[in-house]
Amino acid sequence: MISCSEAVRRLWEYLDKDLDAPERDRVDAHLALCRRCCGEAEFTAALRDMLQQTRGPQLPSDVEEHLVGFLDTLEGGSS
Amino acid sequence: MADAVAEAQRATFTAVAREQLPWLYSLARRLVGPDRAEDTVQECLIKAHRGFDGLRDVQAAPAWFRQILLNCVRDRYRKDAGLPREEPVDPRPDYSLYRKIAEEDPWPYSDSVHLDFLNSFSEDDVWNVLDRVDPKYRAPLVLVHMEGHSTKQVARMFGVAQGTVLSWLHRGRKHFERELWEYATERDLLADPEGAPR
Repeated sequence: MISCSEAVRRLWEYLDKDLDAPERDRVDAHLALCRRCCGEAEFTAALRDMLQQTRGPQLPSDVEEHLVGFLDTLEGGSS
Repeated sequence: MADAVAEAQRATFTAVAREQLPWLYSLARRLVGPDRAEDTVQECLIKAHRGFDGLRDVQAAPAWFRQILLNCVRDRYRKDAGLPREEPVDPRPDYSLYRKIAEEDPWPYSDSVHLDFLNSFSEDDVWNVLDRVDPKYRAPLVLVHMEGHSTKQVARMFGVAQGTVLSWLHRGRKHFERELWEYATERDLLADPEGAPR
């Protein structure tokens, strides 16, 4: 049986399915018995979802204008 | 004749590049922060313009532009780091935001204090917290958890071993967890006079 801190250290990798089978089994066995770490696994999954669901920032219109102008100068500069 | 071909190529470059601008900016904003995002996109456009002949299939343009942007970001990280530094020892590799929230218990009347904590962050707040994470660890966090790339793909993008990306990710996540708490306390996200989490 692995310790809580060891289980916690592997939670993200566990959720990402980045652990190899024996390691995953050890975390599974720990979670089956430890309520606190189960709560932590649920929270980590929610934190992961928060990152996944956070959209990227929009391109502000003034920056877009600059960048389009910049593309024009690139075009002009190469002729 | 050659002029006509060059003209057509340039027109295509501009059209293709314009389509990439929104997401290129969005990615740059998260990887290098708001003050440097525009500069980084410009560097990417210069390099893309120079190498545009190398792009054979316009369908591959997003991946091609992304790789150029990431090269620019990597160069920037290297420049900013100055002299090679030793990898700092993570002072608290086992930091747990979950336990921190349970210990501090900002809303004792709530049955879902952990989720309330996450719900108190707007998208702007999440970007601000990401800005506080060390850039080297921030990049894999954004690419894997926000952009949906695998750690193997990120390793290829940065030319490092997959194990290195996994270790950056581990640090990035822990750093992100710590900064979420710090940010929440600094910005008073936890203080609500009405006692109702947002």
